[in-house]
Amino acid sequence: MTQEHDKVDGGRRSFIGAAAGLTAATVAPGLILHTVEAAPRSEAVTDKVRWGMLIDTAKCADGCSACVDACDKENGLDLQVKPHGASEAMWDRQRAVWIRKVQVQDNLTGRVTNLPMLCQHCERPPCVDVCPTGASFKRADGIVMVDRHTCIGCRYCMMACPYKARSFIHQVVEEKLTATPRGKGCVESCNLCVQRRDNGETSTACADACAAAGHHAILFGDLKDPNGALSKALASAASRQVREDLNLNTGVRYSSL
Amino acid sequence: MANAVVRGLLAVAGLAWALGAQPAAAGENFVAPGSKAAGLTSCVEPTDFMRRNHMEVIKHQRHTVVHKGIRDSKHTLAGCIACHVAPGPDQKPVSVYAEGQFCQRCHAYTAVDVNCFGCHATVPTPPAAGTAAAGDLGAGLVQVPDHGVTAGGERP
Repeated sequence: MTQEHDKVDGGRRSFIGAAAGLTAATVAPGLILHTVEAAPRSEAVTDKVRWGMLIDTAKCADGCSACVDACDKENGLDLQVKPHGASEAMWDRQRAVWIRKVQVQDNLTGRVTNLPMLCQHCERPPCVDVCPTGASFKRADGIVMVDRHTCIGCRYCMMACPYKARSFIHQVVEEKLTATPRGKGCVESCNLCVQRRDNGETSTACADACAAAGHHAILFGDLKDPNGALSKALASAASRQVREDLNLNTGVRYSSL
Repeated sequence: MANAVVRGLLAVAGLAWALGAQPAAAGENFVAPGSKAAGLTSCVEPTDFMRRNHMEVIKHQRHTVVHKGIRDSKHTLAGCIACHVAPGPDQKPVSVYAEGQFCQRCHAYTAVDVNCFGCHATVPTPPAAGTAAAGDLGAGLVQVPDHGVTAGGERP
């Protein structure tokens, strides 16, 4: 009788083992979601983060184009070729540009400021409002971008954008990168190096290049992380949105402007 | 009687043609020699499934990539290209949509016109500096046996 009780019930053990395993498998994904914010490449982006930038125009050097060059290289924009027979002036107007170096001058004082102008990744983007197909959209993590699969090339978004941040691809694109598909008939703009975001990398091509050139004018980070470098910089120094009167709550902010 | 024999012969000939011609067409291998795919026995899914449904799986995947940022699917166009691209005479990769290459040959055979490659690169391009994970586009591919057990499947 006693022996009967002491005997290990193998079937019961394996049942409990299997049940514990099943519970772990069911609960574990939830736990991982809370401990590691959005595992790179495998989980959908969430609105727990909002990517943004602080650009210190005082550090943006006159004549430097490191950010523009890095952006071109990262996204294959340097592979563009001038169409046969197009004039230089026309090509200058029409070639795709994701970052432009802009100079603004205060007419009263004559003070000149350099700044890179790119998609401002608005919280309420006008380009998304006007898009008739839903191709222009805002990701959960705040990146405003174009789904080229649904873009019909109507260019409403280009007209709606107050920052002239978008480009239209007029010609067949012979050479493109695997990481940045781009082709004729679609609108495109800065996507905050979305392939890097999904890979869990910490910076953008332009911010890296600016730091490598020794200027450190571009600070990229998460606007929603209170302990992040970007939030701390925004809390400590005065910054502005370009065309703040439009009330778009841009993700890209400028200081010393 | 003679008519019946002729009819019978015609039927047999027709049947022989049907049986002979169809497998030859269906079994024709469009995989480019020298590509990584040429050394594998099947694609990321069983071959029959891929022949009929490759467009469906990458069409679904494109939305999850662009809108949700999920890039770990084994169904990726970049993966198709990395595996099916073959080296040319100069050892440089030849576009998968060039004459006689994998995608082009089969689409020409089935009279299908796609515009994937209006935007997507037709050869694997080297990753830009700083993009670590872009380098292993082909490495995420896992060969599965036909009728393989899926990851979520029950185990004995």
